[in-house]
Amino acid sequence: MKLLFEKSVPGRRGVKLPDLDVPRVEPNEAWGAELVRSEPPDLPELSEVETVRHFTELSRRNYGVDNGFYPLGSCTMKYNPKINEEAVSQYGFAGLHPLLDDELAQGCLEVIHKLEKWLCEIAGMKRATLQPAAGAHGELTGNMLIKAYHRAKGNLHKKKMLIPDSAHGTNPASAALCGFEVVELPSDERGNVDMARFREALGEDVAGIMLTNPSTLGLFEENILEIAERLHEVDALLYYDGANLNAVMGYCRPGDMGFDVMHFNLHKTFSTPHGGGGPGSGPVAVNEKLEPFLPVPVVEEDGGRYRLDYDRPQSIGRIMPFHGNFGVMLKAFVYIFMLGGEGLKRVSEDAVLNANYLMARLKERYRVAYDRVCMHEFVVSNTDKAEKGAPTLAIAKRLLDYGIHPPTVYFPLIVKEALMIEPTETETKETLDRFVEVMFRIADEIENSPELLQEAPVNTPVRKLDEVRASRRPVFRYRKG
Amino acid sequence: MLYNPHTDEERREMLEVLGVSSVSELFKDIPAEIEAPRIDIPGPRSELEVREELKRLQAANEGEGLPLFLGAGAYNHYVPAAVSHLVMRSEFYTAYTPYQPETSQGMLQAIFEYQTMMCELTGLDVSNASLYDGGTAVYEAAIMAMRATKLRNRVLVDEGVNPLYRSVLRTYSGNLELEFVEVPHREGRTDFEAFRRLMDSDTAAVVVQNPNFFGVVQDFSALAEAIHELKGLMVMAVNPVAAAVLKSAGEQGADIAVGEGQPLGSPLFFGGPYVGFLTARQKLVRQMPGRIISETVDREGKRGFVMTLQTREQHIRRAKATSNICTNQGLVALTACVYLALVGKEGLREVAVQNLSKAEYAKKRLSAVEGVRVKWDAPTFNEFVLELPSDAGRVAKELVREHGIVAGLPLGGYYDGMERDLLVCVTETNTAAQIDAYAEALGRVL
Repeated sequence: MKLLFEKSVPGRRGVKLPDLDVPRVEPNEAWGAELVRSEPPDLPELSEVETVRHFTELSRRNYGVDNGFYPLGSCTMKYNPKINEEAVSQYGFAGLHPLLDDELAQGCLEVIHKLEKWLCEIAGMKRATLQPAAGAHGELTGNMLIKAYHRAKGNLHKKKMLIPDSAHGTNPASAALCGFEVVELPSDERGNVDMARFREALGEDVAGIMLTNPSTLGLFEENILEIAERLHEVDALLYYDGANLNAVMGYCRPGDMGFDVMHFNLHKTFSTPHGGGGPGSGPVAVNEKLEPFLPVPVVEEDGGRYRLDYDRPQSIGRIMPFHGNFGVMLKAFVYIFMLGGEGLKRVSEDAVLNANYLMARLKERYRVAYDRVCMHEFVVSNTDKAEKGAPTLAIAKRLLDYGIHPPTVYFPLIVKEALMIEPTETETKETLDRFVEVMFRIADEIENSPELLQEAPVNTPVRKLDEVRASRRPVFRYRKG
Repeated sequence: MLYNPHTDEERREMLEVLGVSSVSELFKDIPAEIEAPRIDIPGPRSELEVREELKRLQAANEGEGLPLFLGAGAYNHYVPAAVSHLVMRSEFYTAYTPYQPETSQGMLQAIFEYQTMMCELTGLDVSNASLYDGGTAVYEAAIMAMRATKLRNRVLVDEGVNPLYRSVLRTYSGNLELEFVEVPHREGRTDFEAFRRLMDSDTAAVVVQNPNFFGVVQDFSALAEAIHELKGLMVMAVNPVAAAVLKSAGEQGADIAVGEGQPLGSPLFFGGPYVGFLTARQKLVRQMPGRIISETVDREGKRGFVMTLQTREQHIRRAKATSNICTNQGLVALTACVYLALVGKEGLREVAVQNLSKAEYAKKRLSAVEGVRVKWDAPTFNEFVLELPSDAGRVAKELVREHGIVAGLPLGGYYDGMERDLLVCVTETNTAAQIDAYAEALGRVL
């Protein structure tokens, strides 16, 4: 398919602005010629209808939750309710400037305040900041809060951040960015943190731990209470990566597990769309210990009026210039408003039911990495099929031919040939059964017609793409000719 | 219930397959002593109740629809109708990061087109696929410069850089071995002499903004030469609309350009979602943060697009990654791409010229009010500083209350000694009639 630039015709125009109603001032008159660029940026020139057809065609070469099953593990690709989109497009929020006086944006501030309260209620935490723009941004914020806590106590020797080897890559990256020394903890044969190694690593120099619970293996960390107790004994703090919160709402709360600080992924648990790679939103909640350090401003309520409070002397400061991804918050607000506590608990129930059902059925033909009850996702270790010439990547590409988005592949890193499957609560039993049927058919193909897997995908707009070439001889932009 | 589709019968069938009698048995790994209390949030509720709640919240937003002369990093531009129509194609917005390129060509090609256009706007070679926003992009650029200069750890930041961006930078640098020195402005412009005095062989980068926070446009070529002599880099934050006409970051010698992409088709949205862009010279590509898309071919030689140079990124490099960023602002980058395609080469220039023309008109009209003057005689784009005879915060409050005009940003809270100064922003959405009404109202409240 052609690029915008290849469709461009010099002089063609799309949309039109109103005629200027003030005297026209050209940049060279106002600034002098030396400040004016020598050539205009070479942007495409197209009519509106061509532009619309271009992006419509592009959308047909993309696949989202609305197209079909998207069991991408650790990403919680649940259905994105359409009322969320209506909320942000139709009620005037789009026109509000972030630096308006508090009095002029009471509706927005109320949304932020209520969402903060609800998130704290769900997670058993005290207060939250909604500024972080994504999960990793929340992790960075959380690490800064942990650092501020230790600094305030004069504990400058606390330099180590413990992170299990099953963790998301963002965990070590965020901790390192914050200046912590990352200590990796191995997992044991049940997928829990290896407690012997944990005890070895524990010392006065430990600042904290970053844990996902349930872990990226989809397993509940069985020793969480002991882990929390031991860490708190040395005044280390527990960070909860909320990527997998969809599994436990209404069943247990990070605050009760002993976590001191956590982030939420509104784009996972709270149904806001993933946008083809963002925008997300990664609010960070804390308990009493960390509350004084929260970023400024926080929204305070007083007699039904809301105001931004900057007067927080121990705050780490701002982590976004404005209030974060407000549009995303509003969608999560609508979602929680609709479901309520009861609905959220049913979300976790069905997310866990669907994952266990899918695991139980797939087990007939696929090897599950940890054979125990899973939470909202589980991991298949595809080593047996890889030996027969069908590595995980080949299975993923073959799934594309059946119109299904593949699960997360080759993650977590500690499972060989991993396929990480998260169905979410919004999928029907028929969809799960069809997925099983397709997976079994692929298992048959591996035995009987392996060439189908070598050729895959054949039903996509392009065939298998050459990623090696892209990294050896990358082309980052279009150039004429 | 709501979005959970199972019937009771189906749940029973599924539990039977699992050999358990109730769903709660699946949660048995959770220790009994931490069983959660009931979540105390009312509901479930219907869409009709959501709509009522949204109407109530909308009514509480009294600032909605007022004539707006407030910018300071978030700009009220005209957004063509087709933008949201296209961006709301659900094949785009309900997808995630294009981990499976064969089924994500739509988003990947659009981001490749976005990268191309951001390179064009900034006059640089390579663009990433987006960062969170303009402020965090400045921070990413600063640490990118540290890495590129082999961990030199001093960064000089012009006070003309948005103070909100600088406060973010201050928060972040407090946790790194990053010495962050702010260089005071001089009459709204960069103090080049001060920069020369402070630059040394430990300076990773100078960070400037163009147009700066006061709207002033400048040529930084000489500063670029000076920092290059010391083997440091120049980071320039730019406004993508001004970039249609202003001497580009690349032409001015910048090594890294960053900025807020919100003016390209995204509404104000009370501060987000916005999109940070980052472009750089080719030789710096391996130090760049975030996703980068490259063209490649499929097994039949057909053109296609993939994410590339992923060994820089957190999911491979973990603690040694160039950044921790994962989810970025893909859909907002798509928005910028669609916007730029719709307005096109001539259209973006026209937007820029209209912004400039209307701001110049506003300067004349507002400074004709007795006691009011344009603070500095400097070339500006769509913002400028107005000096009032009394406290700007008080005047702005009265203009809203008495006349329903959002007059600008009082600068007292941001710069010492600027209590009487107001940062005024004018875009193509402000009509001559609005500007005239503003001037008249200003005369009345003073």
